[in-house]
Amino acid sequence: MPDARTAARRATGLARTLLLAIACLVMAAPFLWMAATSLMGQLEVFAAGRLFPESPLWSNYPEALTAQPFGRYFLNSLIFATVVVAGQVFTATTAGYAFARCDFPGRDTLFMVFLATMMVPAVIVLIPRFLMVDGLGWIDSYRGLVSTELVSVWGIFLMRQYFRTLPRELEDAARVDGAGHWRIFRSVALPLAKPAVATLALFAFIDAWKNFMWPLLVTRSMEMRVVEVGIAAFHSTYEINWPYQMVAGVVAALPIALLFLFTQRYFVRGIQLQGIR
Amino acid sequence: MTREPRAVALKGVRKRFGDVTAVADVDLEIRPGELMVLVGPSGCGKSTLLRLIAGLEERDAGEVWIGDRCVDEVAPGGRDVAMVFQSYALYPHMTVAENLGFGLRVRGAGTAATEARVSEVAGVLGLRGLLSRRPGQLSGGQQQRVALGRAMVRDPGVFLFDEPLSNLDAALRLQTRDEIAALHRRLGTTMIFVTHDQVEALSLGQRVAVMDRGRVQQVGTPHEVYRRPANLFVAGFVGSPPMNRLPLVRDREERLAGGPFVFPGPFPHREATLGVRPEDLALAVVAPPGPDPNPEFTATALRVESLGSEQRVHLDGPGEAAWVARAPSALYVTAGDRVSVSVAWERTHLFGADGGRIGAAPRPVRGSRP
Repeated sequence: MPDARTAARRATGLARTLLLAIACLVMAAPFLWMAATSLMGQLEVFAAGRLFPESPLWSNYPEALTAQPFGRYFLNSLIFATVVVAGQVFTATTAGYAFARCDFPGRDTLFMVFLATMMVPAVIVLIPRFLMVDGLGWIDSYRGLVSTELVSVWGIFLMRQYFRTLPRELEDAARVDGAGHWRIFRSVALPLAKPAVATLALFAFIDAWKNFMWPLLVTRSMEMRVVEVGIAAFHSTYEINWPYQMVAGVVAALPIALLFLFTQRYFVRGIQLQGIR
Repeated sequence: MTREPRAVALKGVRKRFGDVTAVADVDLEIRPGELMVLVGPSGCGKSTLLRLIAGLEERDAGEVWIGDRCVDEVAPGGRDVAMVFQSYALYPHMTVAENLGFGLRVRGAGTAATEARVSEVAGVLGLRGLLSRRPGQLSGGQQQRVALGRAMVRDPGVFLFDEPLSNLDAALRLQTRDEIAALHRRLGTTMIFVTHDQVEALSLGQRVAVMDRGRVQQVGTPHEVYRRPANLFVAGFVGSPPMNRLPLVRDREERLAGGPFVFPGPFPHREATLGVRPEDLALAVVAPPGPDPNPEFTATALRVESLGSEQRVHLDGPGEAAWVARAPSALYVTAGDRVSVSVAWERTHLFGADGGRIGAAPRPVRGSRP
């Protein structure tokens, strides 16, 4: 009997591993295809049944990355993502703390209104955002790029939920010690919320890094262009250079992949914390 | 280091949470330098009362005075109180030294002054070797000391303790209780200590305030609260095992009668309750041929708990109520034995129909004679 049970357990384990392996392959296939295509010639891409390059064209990389000012694009993406992360961390932690711990009239109603905005698809507010930024004369500037990205309702929600899990006695102890809200936030709540802040920063960075639509709308010049828009520039009306586009795709994905390698646990925590992303 | 201890006065203080009245018009005065214990069952409002004194809860009515000023509009940090919480509430991301010094740093004390004071208090509490550790690396007892130290560092006028011993094991609880009493003797600071443990309350408090359903039922020395309980609630709550009770009803001759007892009247009360502490009953095992000539009543021992130095004997009477008697361990008694019981009437209690104390019960005119 124990042998039969062991065999059954092994079979279940094997089936599970097989299923996960297939799922992994399905998930990884586009990335593998992207990497493979980045090393092909322009015509080889369309050769029937060809998944991997016959002889890798490594020269695609320097050629593609110099065909456009990718250094500038990367710098712009980095500035955009960094400022957005800083802004969202500041607004989400302060607002999240206020929603979690400060008593003020209409707090919960206001929070519900904030939450309700999460139901509105981002595309719907693109045009109003554009008109606002245009009205301010900020088109094709860093101000225009980042100004409407500095507040994340999801981030506020995440931080509020996290702050609510901190023991209230810690706050009470700090109050008796003489601390006010700002001091409690700075010295007690925020240091204890590091895991949530890390998760928020990570997601904010990734969102900003792979943001395509908004930078496309508010930037005009190559000097202001970000990587994602730069990749799309290989894809013009009359010409599509697939290998070059894939080179840019691989290079643009690298920072995110590296980030994921070192911060997996925050990713997992972020998904666990809200499960709605 | 020691400073003028402060009095604390609560005047008609009320606090409601929705429909629930947590604290109902409480008047209470705590003298300067006194160790007052607030004791009562869970949900009686004792912790809420402490939080009202600390300023962590907003009162709905009444006034809170600390020293010679009304602190109703003063933030917790400005009330000159320090508090030790049940969970200790140590800042987990700070070292012991940072925890101890936080209150001083918030108040703008310089680094040198903070370090000197932290070192002084750490020396008193034996925490010097732990200053660079974080709370997570400390045992429960050590965390308790840090919480105590954090309160001491600021040299407050009033210490507030919210069930600080309930997370400790029995041995450590006893030790820490003694240390708090010693600390009180040494500092002479006003201390208000909340607990649900009546043994802790009686052993620690100079005075004890017994609370129930948001009201202070009695304030007095441990001896007064135990020996002259103001009402049935206090009588039942204070003391372990609790006071034995027997319902009494007035008869036609205006005497009170219940079980085997008839008390000479006249009594104005239609109903009353007789209360007898377990140690105020004296037992003797009935010899087989005949009963003891002078027992108040006889009963059967249902169960005998041996506690080493004494025994608790559960009796099947008098009347329908089962009583418990404390007997010396030398008395040989086992379950099923018939025992004769004498009562120390001068130490008994009589409570009216409203639960209030009337006085000691008079000697009954007759006892049971089986």
